[in-house]
Amino acid sequence: MSKNDPRVRVLLAKPGLDGHDRGVYVVAQALRDSGIEVVFLGLQVTPDQVAQAAEQESVDVIGLSIFSGGHMTLVPRIIESLKEKGLQNIPIIVGGIIPPEDAEKLKRNGVCEIFPPGCSMAEVVACVRMLTNTNM
Amino acid sequence: MTMYAGEEIEKISKEKEKWEKGPLKLVLDKWGEEKRSFETLSGKEVKRLYTPLDISNKEYLEEINFPGSYPFTRGVLPTGYRGKLWTRRQVTGFATPEETNKRLKYLQKEGQTGLNIVFDLPTHNQLDSDNPLCEGEVGKDGVPVDTLRDVEVIFDGIDIGSISTSIITGGPAVMSMFLALAQKRNIPFNVLRGTLQNDAVSLYYTVNFRRLPLQTLYKLTVDVVEYCVKEMPHWNPISFIGYQIREKGSTAAQEIAFTFGSAVEYANALIARGLNVDDFAPRFSFFFNAHNDFFEEVCKYRAARRLWARIMKDRFGAENPLSWLLRYHVQTAGCSLTAQQPMNNIIRTTIQALAAVLGGTHSLHTNSMDEAYALPSETAVRVALRTQQIIAHESGVTHTVDPLGGSYFIEKLTDDLEEEARSIIEKIDDQGGMLQAVSEGWVQKQIQDASYAYKKDIEEKKRLIVGVNCFEVEKDELPIEILKIDPSYEELQKKNLVKVREQRDEKMVKDSLDRLHEAAATGENVFPYFIDASHTYASIEEMMKACTGIKG
Repeated sequence: MSKNDPRVRVLLAKPGLDGHDRGVYVVAQALRDSGIEVVFLGLQVTPDQVAQAAEQESVDVIGLSIFSGGHMTLVPRIIESLKEKGLQNIPIIVGGIIPPEDAEKLKRNGVCEIFPPGCSMAEVVACVRMLTNTNM
Repeated sequence: MTMYAGEEIEKISKEKEKWEKGPLKLVLDKWGEEKRSFETLSGKEVKRLYTPLDISNKEYLEEINFPGSYPFTRGVLPTGYRGKLWTRRQVTGFATPEETNKRLKYLQKEGQTGLNIVFDLPTHNQLDSDNPLCEGEVGKDGVPVDTLRDVEVIFDGIDIGSISTSIITGGPAVMSMFLALAQKRNIPFNVLRGTLQNDAVSLYYTVNFRRLPLQTLYKLTVDVVEYCVKEMPHWNPISFIGYQIREKGSTAAQEIAFTFGSAVEYANALIARGLNVDDFAPRFSFFFNAHNDFFEEVCKYRAARRLWARIMKDRFGAENPLSWLLRYHVQTAGCSLTAQQPMNNIIRTTIQALAAVLGGTHSLHTNSMDEAYALPSETAVRVALRTQQIIAHESGVTHTVDPLGGSYFIEKLTDDLEEEARSIIEKIDDQGGMLQAVSEGWVQKQIQDASYAYKKDIEEKKRLIVGVNCFEVEKDELPIEILKIDPSYEELQKKNLVKVREQRDEKMVKDSLDRLHEAAATGENVFPYFIDASHTYASIEEMMKACTGIKG
């Protein structure tokens, strides 16, 4: 967190080609409602764009929304991209259609939490608070 | 002549007052009612009781009438499902054209009666499988199509001249490959039956297929519709997409209104090209969602049928009765299915499918229980298909036409939904039409607000979702198998594309793309040039590139 800005900043993005953005907008709104600042990178972004934005915007958490089934390719690429920039400490959370087996693998590879369809917004907010040590 | 009038209605009114002061008050005083809001999923208040008083102003012949008669509230066919059941049409497409072909044949063997092909994201986005942007997404949530070769494989051993085919993607490329295949098999266009989704306006703001500007996408799709209307009398060249609008979080009335907003926009465009409304309206097709609120969904279809008939007759002056008919496909709500206790999704799908059937759908896809995890496994998709078959053959609900018609509640809710949808359409008109309302983000904002309100209701437990915010289980073991798409399929698809490129006649490809480019530049209808280019095995991305700078 930057010293001048006491608010938690979360980068939200939809990597890959998928355009199902209902979930990411709901999460964005829920985070904002709880006083968290959201940088919404938008749709169809590449792994490098995610890492670049994370650096430029000095965010505290990265939230990725993936419904396309491409998570096992896209998420590791993003983690790699972050490592190249020395940003491997920024926690990553992922929401979307992620089978349990893949969720386990992604968690072993450094993803902090996975939010499947039907999860509550409160859980997402609580997770971000926990990851940034900023309980309301 | 209204349905209830004069002395009869006065008598009912007085008796209702007595009932309220008498037995109702007694029970309310003693036990009260559950302190939760009684409203539809879309937030419409539901009264304790509906009586003839709620529909006393209705005129049966004007507003409800017989099935097969204007305004078709009770259905477009006089015989309902007694004459013909709806088409059982499961969405299919994954991994590779080869795997998809196998699944299509499996579903045909299990009693599916229409094909319904869905494509992967690279194909929807008009990109070739080996474009770097597509890495990890080839074959993941649909079948990849790069060239005519893939369409040949998908339909290998399937007679596209005799079964109806639904093609779920926008843009001209895939459709042009389908027609090239028909030509290669000597099947005349005028026998082909099926539907192309093709509603670029809706796809642009719902699932965000927007690699080209909205105006360009719109022009391309109008070209396809114009061509098909002229050459393919049994084909529906466009299906207006309410399904995705609802999946994005809209209310039931918004689903109707935004779908019709898009249809009105296309109708205007076709009229501007010199077509008569009665030339194309009978080939317009629609695609709606079936969400959880049983009665609201039944009424949604009844309201939509009536509203569309009125729009066609009053607004467009259509004279051919076939132009007044709302013909539509329904898919149960994917967004309603939960990752928690996934077998419960079978029940949700059953309720939704029943609403679609009692609402009079012409074609149906039932979602599989594993929707919140992946594309369906063979077992899951068979259960989903069986759900339809049990409703069709065992439940008896198909024996009479519009069995819920005449219910005070159903007729009232149908009225209310029609009225709300009509007022939203007026707002779209005020903004200059759907293209404008989408360009300005107004439509998207309406849907986002509805979606957020819905999610908040769940969060605050105003709305209960079994397994999600009530009746949770501590350890939710996954009792179902999940379809895995082997990553090697992506490599296989790319290899096949390279092979096609090596084997085709590059000069022929280049010439056909040059002709397409020229047509695009002059503002001519580009679709015939797409078909020609498909024959040369030009790829989807090459064809779209040839349209850069398209005029019109």
